Amino acid sequence: MSRPDIATLAVGDVIGSRTVTFDRAALVRYAGASGDLNPIHWNDKFAVDAGLPGVIAHGMLTMGSVVGLVVDWAGDPGAVVDYQTRFTKPVEVPNPGTAQVDVVGTVGVVDADAGTVRVDLVVTVDGAKVLGRTQVLVRL
Amino acid sequence: MANADFEGRSYPANAPYSVGREKIREFAVAVGATHPAHHDLVAARGSGYPDLVAPPTFAVVVAQRAESQYISDPEAQIDFTRVVHADERFTHHRPIVAGDELTTVLHVDRVVVRGAISMVTTRCEIYAMPQHVEVPSPEAEGPGEHVATVVSTLAIRGEDA
Repeated sequence: MSRPDIATLAVGDVIGSRTVTFDRAALVRYAGASGDLNPIHWNDKFAVDAGLPGVIAHGMLTMGSVVGLVVDWAGDPGAVVDYQTRFTKPVEVPNPGTAQVDVVGTVGVVDADAGTVRVDLVVTVDGAKVLGRTQVLVRL
Repeated sequence: MANADFEGRSYPANAPYSVGREKIREFAVAVGATHPAHHDLVAARGSGYPDLVAPPTFAVVVAQRAESQYISDPEAQIDFTRVVHADERFTHHRPIVAGDELTTVLHVDRVVVRGAISMVTTRCEIYAMPQHVEVPSPEAEGPGEHVATVVSTLAIRGEDA
Protein backbone atom coordinates (compact mmCIF):
# COMPACT_ATOMS: atom_id res chain seq x y z
CA MET A 1 0.00 0.00 0.00
CA SER A 2 1.43 3.38 -0.96
CA ARG A 3 1.81 5.91 1.82
CA PRO A 4 1.35 9.69 1.60
CA ASP A 5 4.48 11.79 1.10
CA ILE A 6 4.62 14.35 3.90
CA ALA A 7 6.52 16.79 1.66
CA THR A 8 3.50 17.08 -0.63
CA LEU A 9 0.94 17.72 2.12
CA ALA A 10 -0.40 21.14 3.09
CA VAL A 11 -2.78 22.34 5.75
CA GLY A 12 -6.31 22.25 4.40
CA ASP A 13 -5.77 19.31 2.04
CA VAL A 14 -8.73 16.94 2.13
CA ILE A 15 -7.47 13.36 2.58
CA GLY A 16 -10.84 11.85 1.75
CA SER A 17 -14.36 11.21 2.92
CA ARG A 18 -16.63 8.24 3.49
CA THR A 19 -19.94 7.22 4.99
CA VAL A 20 -20.11 4.65 7.77
CA THR A 21 -23.41 2.84 8.29
CA PHE A 22 -24.65 1.41 11.60
CA ASP A 23 -27.63 -0.88 12.08
CA ARG A 24 -28.71 -2.56 15.32
CA ALA A 25 -26.64 -5.64 14.48
CA ALA A 26 -23.53 -3.45 14.27
CA LEU A 27 -24.21 -2.18 17.80
CA VAL A 28 -24.63 -5.72 19.16
CA ARG A 29 -21.44 -6.79 17.37
CA TYR A 30 -19.50 -3.87 18.87
CA ALA A 31 -20.98 -4.54 22.32
CA GLY A 32 -19.66 -8.09 22.18
CA ALA A 33 -16.30 -7.21 20.69
CA SER A 34 -15.62 -4.37 23.10
CA GLY A 35 -17.24 -5.72 26.26
CA ASP A 36 -19.36 -2.54 26.60
CA LEU A 37 -22.75 -4.09 27.36
CA ASN A 38 -24.53 -0.88 28.43
CA PRO A 39 -28.22 -1.53 27.52
CA ILE A 40 -28.66 2.00 26.05
CA HIS A 41 -26.95 0.52 22.97
CA TRP A 42 -29.39 -2.38 22.43
CA ASN A 43 -32.49 -2.03 24.64
CA ASP A 44 -35.06 0.61 23.55
CA LYS A 45 -36.96 0.65 26.82
CA PHE A 46 -33.79 1.08 28.83
CA ALA A 47 -32.62 3.87 26.50
CA VAL A 48 -35.92 5.77 26.74
CA ASP A 49 -35.98 5.35 30.53
CA ALA A 50 -32.48 6.85 30.57
CA GLY A 51 -33.84 9.95 28.84
CA LEU A 52 -32.63 9.15 25.32
CA PRO A 53 -34.83 9.20 22.22
CA GLY A 54 -34.02 5.51 21.67
CA VAL A 55 -31.05 3.19 21.23
CA ILE A 56 -27.85 5.07 20.40
CA ALA A 57 -24.53 3.90 18.99
CA HIS A 58 -21.58 3.52 21.36
CA GLY A 59 -19.55 6.71 21.10
CA MET A 60 -16.54 4.42 20.91
CA LEU A 61 -18.05 2.62 17.90
CA THR A 62 -18.32 5.91 16.05
CA MET A 63 -14.82 6.92 17.14
CA GLY A 64 -13.40 3.53 16.25
CA SER A 65 -15.09 3.42 12.85
CA VAL A 66 -14.40 6.89 11.45
CA VAL A 67 -10.63 6.61 12.05
CA GLY A 68 -10.57 3.96 9.32
CA LEU A 69 -10.51 6.79 6.81
CA VAL A 70 -7.17 7.94 8.24
CA VAL A 71 -5.70 4.44 8.66
CA ASP A 72 -6.47 3.55 5.05
CA TRP A 73 -5.02 6.87 3.84
CA ALA A 74 -1.86 6.43 5.96
CA GLY A 75 -1.58 2.80 4.85
CA ASP A 76 -0.59 1.57 8.31
CA PRO A 77 -2.75 1.20 11.44
CA GLY A 78 0.36 1.56 13.61
CA ALA A 79 0.91 5.05 12.22
CA VAL A 80 -1.80 6.52 14.48
CA VAL A 81 0.11 7.81 17.50
CA ASP A 82 -2.60 9.96 19.08
CA TYR A 83 -6.35 10.10 18.57
CA GLN A 84 -8.88 12.16 20.48
CA THR A 85 -12.50 13.20 20.25
CA ARG A 86 -15.42 14.66 22.16
CA PHE A 87 -18.84 13.04 22.04
CA THR A 88 -21.13 15.97 21.37
CA LYS A 89 -24.37 14.40 20.08
CA PRO A 90 -25.68 10.83 20.34
CA VAL A 91 -26.08 8.83 17.11
CA GLU A 92 -29.60 7.35 17.10
CA VAL A 93 -29.88 3.99 15.36
CA PRO A 94 -33.46 3.20 14.23
CA ASN A 95 -35.06 -0.25 14.21
CA PRO A 96 -35.38 -1.22 11.47
CA GLY A 97 -33.02 0.99 9.51
CA THR A 98 -29.56 2.48 9.66
CA ALA A 99 -27.71 5.55 10.83
CA GLN A 100 -25.44 7.11 8.21
CA VAL A 101 -22.34 8.75 9.67
CA ASP A 102 -20.43 11.00 7.28
CA VAL A 103 -16.74 11.69 7.85
CA VAL A 104 -14.40 14.12 6.08
CA GLY A 105 -10.67 14.28 6.87
CA THR A 106 -8.58 17.42 6.42
CA VAL A 107 -4.91 18.05 7.11
CA GLY A 108 -4.77 20.30 10.19
CA VAL A 109 -1.05 20.44 10.99
CA VAL A 110 2.08 19.28 9.13
CA ASP A 111 5.25 18.85 11.22
CA ALA A 112 7.92 17.79 8.74
CA ASP A 113 10.67 17.73 11.40
CA ALA A 114 8.71 15.30 13.60
CA GLY A 115 7.41 13.42 10.55
CA THR A 116 3.84 13.79 11.77
CA VAL A 117 0.59 15.07 10.32
CA ARG A 118 -2.53 15.93 12.27
CA VAL A 119 -5.70 15.00 10.43
CA ASP A 120 -8.91 16.66 11.63
CA LEU A 121 -12.13 14.75 11.13
CA VAL A 122 -15.57 16.31 10.74
CA VAL A 123 -18.14 13.68 11.67
CA THR A 124 -21.83 14.37 11.00
CA VAL A 125 -25.23 12.70 10.81
CA ASP A 126 -27.74 14.50 8.54
CA GLY A 127 -25.40 17.48 8.56
CA ALA A 128 -25.25 17.78 12.37
CA LYS A 129 -21.90 17.21 14.11
CA VAL A 130 -21.85 14.17 16.38
CA LEU A 131 -18.18 14.35 17.36
CA GLY A 132 -16.20 17.47 18.27
CA ARG A 133 -12.49 18.28 18.03
CA THR A 134 -11.64 14.95 16.43
CA GLN A 135 -7.89 14.91 15.83
CA VAL A 136 -5.72 12.06 14.59
CA LEU A 137 -1.95 12.42 14.82
CA VAL A 138 -0.25 10.21 12.22
CA ARG A 139 3.46 9.43 11.85
CA LEU A 140 4.32 9.17 8.16
CA MET B 1 -23.23 12.83 42.35
CA ALA B 2 -19.71 11.49 42.08
CA ASN B 3 -17.64 11.32 45.24
CA ALA B 4 -15.00 14.08 44.93
CA ASP B 5 -12.77 12.31 47.47
CA PHE B 6 -11.67 9.95 44.69
CA GLU B 7 -9.83 12.69 42.77
CA GLY B 8 -6.11 11.95 42.73
CA ARG B 9 -6.47 8.26 43.52
CA SER B 10 -4.31 5.67 41.79
CA TYR B 11 -4.77 1.92 41.69
CA PRO B 12 -2.15 -0.82 41.65
CA ALA B 13 -1.35 -2.46 38.30
CA ASN B 14 -4.24 -4.80 37.51
CA ALA B 15 -4.36 -8.43 36.37
CA PRO B 16 -2.87 -8.72 32.87
CA TYR B 17 -4.99 -8.67 29.71
CA SER B 18 -3.77 -11.13 27.06
CA VAL B 19 -4.16 -9.68 23.57
CA GLY B 20 -5.35 -12.48 21.28
CA ARG B 21 -5.35 -12.66 17.49
CA GLU B 22 -9.02 -13.55 17.27
CA LYS B 23 -9.93 -10.67 19.62
CA ILE B 24 -8.06 -8.25 17.36
CA ARG B 25 -9.86 -9.68 14.30
CA GLU B 26 -13.25 -9.56 16.08
CA PHE B 27 -12.74 -5.95 17.20
CA ALA B 28 -11.48 -4.94 13.75
CA VAL B 29 -14.61 -6.39 12.11
CA ALA B 30 -16.81 -4.58 14.65
CA VAL B 31 -15.31 -1.17 13.75
CA GLY B 32 -15.04 -1.94 10.03
CA ALA B 33 -11.22 -1.95 10.06
CA THR B 34 -10.22 -3.84 6.93
CA HIS B 35 -6.47 -3.19 6.85
CA PRO B 36 -4.71 -6.56 6.34
CA ALA B 37 -2.37 -5.95 9.32
CA HIS B 38 -5.40 -6.54 11.62
CA HIS B 39 -6.36 -9.83 9.99
CA ASP B 40 -3.49 -11.49 8.15
CA LEU B 41 -0.36 -12.56 10.00
CA VAL B 42 1.76 -12.58 6.85
CA ALA B 43 0.66 -9.04 6.01
CA ALA B 44 1.31 -7.82 9.56
CA ARG B 45 4.80 -9.32 9.60
CA GLY B 46 5.41 -7.97 6.12
CA SER B 47 4.68 -4.51 7.53
CA GLY B 48 7.31 -5.03 10.21
CA TYR B 49 5.07 -6.04 13.12
CA PRO B 50 5.70 -9.15 15.23
CA ASP B 51 2.02 -10.15 15.06
CA LEU B 52 -1.46 -8.82 14.19
CA VAL B 53 -1.82 -5.10 14.94
CA ALA B 54 -4.75 -3.83 17.03
CA PRO B 55 -6.94 -1.02 15.60
CA PRO B 56 -6.26 2.48 17.04
CA THR B 57 -9.12 2.33 19.58
CA PHE B 58 -8.62 -1.29 20.70
CA ALA B 59 -6.99 -0.06 23.91
CA VAL B 60 -10.47 0.90 25.13
CA VAL B 61 -11.12 -2.80 25.77
CA VAL B 62 -8.13 -2.89 28.09
CA ALA B 63 -8.86 0.49 29.65
CA GLN B 64 -12.52 -0.31 30.43
CA ARG B 65 -11.46 -3.24 32.58
CA ALA B 66 -9.17 -1.02 34.59
CA GLU B 67 -11.73 1.80 34.84
CA SER B 68 -14.30 -0.60 36.31
CA GLN B 69 -12.18 -0.75 39.47
CA TYR B 70 -13.28 2.84 40.03
CA ILE B 71 -16.62 3.11 38.20
CA SER B 72 -18.19 0.08 39.89
CA ASP B 73 -16.97 0.97 43.38
CA PRO B 74 -20.17 1.89 45.28
CA GLU B 75 -18.24 4.52 47.26
CA ALA B 76 -17.39 6.35 44.01
CA GLN B 77 -21.16 7.04 43.67
CA ILE B 78 -21.28 6.77 39.88
CA ASP B 79 -24.75 5.77 38.70
CA PHE B 80 -23.97 3.99 35.46
CA THR B 81 -27.56 4.35 34.21
CA ARG B 82 -27.02 8.12 34.15
CA VAL B 83 -23.58 8.17 32.53
CA VAL B 84 -22.71 9.53 29.11
CA HIS B 85 -19.28 9.45 27.54
CA ALA B 86 -17.90 13.00 27.17
CA ASP B 87 -14.46 12.55 25.61
CA GLU B 88 -11.73 10.00 24.90
CA ARG B 89 -8.07 10.19 23.93
CA PHE B 90 -5.56 7.49 23.00
CA THR B 91 -1.84 8.08 22.93
CA HIS B 92 0.12 5.15 21.51
CA HIS B 93 3.75 4.86 22.49
CA ARG B 94 3.86 1.78 20.27
CA PRO B 95 1.09 -0.20 18.56
CA ILE B 96 -0.60 -2.98 20.55
CA VAL B 97 0.01 -6.36 18.93
CA ALA B 98 -1.30 -9.89 19.49
CA GLY B 99 0.69 -11.66 22.16
CA ASP B 100 1.01 -8.59 24.37
CA GLU B 101 0.32 -9.14 28.05
CA LEU B 102 -0.99 -5.76 29.17
CA THR B 103 -1.31 -4.47 32.70
CA THR B 104 -2.92 -1.13 33.49
CA VAL B 105 -2.37 1.46 36.18
CA LEU B 106 -5.55 3.50 36.67
CA HIS B 107 -5.51 7.11 37.85
CA VAL B 108 -8.56 9.22 38.73
CA ASP B 109 -7.30 12.59 37.55
CA ARG B 110 -10.38 14.74 38.01
CA VAL B 111 -13.76 14.65 39.73
CA VAL B 112 -15.74 17.85 39.20
CA VAL B 113 -19.26 18.34 40.51
CA ARG B 114 -21.13 21.32 39.03
CA GLY B 115 -24.71 21.46 40.13
CA ALA B 116 -26.47 18.31 38.99
CA ILE B 117 -23.67 17.23 36.61
CA SER B 118 -20.54 15.37 37.68
CA MET B 119 -17.54 14.98 35.34
CA VAL B 120 -14.93 12.33 36.07
CA THR B 121 -11.69 11.94 34.14
CA THR B 122 -9.69 8.74 34.34
CA ARG B 123 -6.26 7.97 32.91
CA CYS B 124 -5.10 4.45 32.13
CA GLU B 125 -1.38 3.90 31.73
CA ILE B 126 -1.02 0.60 29.86
CA TYR B 127 2.18 -1.43 30.00
CA ALA B 128 3.32 -4.57 28.19
CA MET B 129 4.68 -6.99 30.75
CA PRO B 130 8.06 -8.59 30.06
CA GLN B 131 7.53 -11.95 28.36
CA HIS B 132 10.39 -13.87 29.93
CA VAL B 133 10.93 -12.28 33.33
CA GLU B 134 9.24 -13.92 36.30
CA VAL B 135 9.88 -11.11 38.79
CA PRO B 136 10.07 -7.50 37.60
CA SER B 137 13.19 -5.61 38.55
CA PRO B 138 12.58 -3.46 41.63
CA GLU B 139 14.41 -0.61 39.87
CA ALA B 140 11.96 -0.67 36.94
CA GLU B 141 10.13 2.61 36.26
CA GLY B 142 6.81 0.81 35.71
CA PRO B 143 5.43 -2.67 35.39
CA GLY B 144 6.85 -3.00 31.85
CA GLU B 145 7.16 -1.24 28.51
CA HIS B 146 4.84 1.76 28.33
CA VAL B 147 2.49 1.03 25.42
CA ALA B 148 -0.45 3.44 25.61
CA THR B 149 -2.22 6.13 27.60
CA VAL B 150 -6.03 6.31 27.54
CA VAL B 151 -7.78 9.37 28.99
CA SER B 152 -11.56 9.22 29.30
CA THR B 153 -14.15 11.61 30.70
CA LEU B 154 -17.63 10.56 31.77
CA ALA B 155 -20.49 12.91 32.55
CA ILE B 156 -22.99 11.73 35.16
CA ARG B 157 -26.38 13.43 35.33
CA GLY B 158 -27.91 13.84 38.78
CA GLU B 159 -31.46 12.79 39.56
CA ASP B 160 -32.88 16.21 38.67
CA ALA B 161 -30.76 16.85 35.56
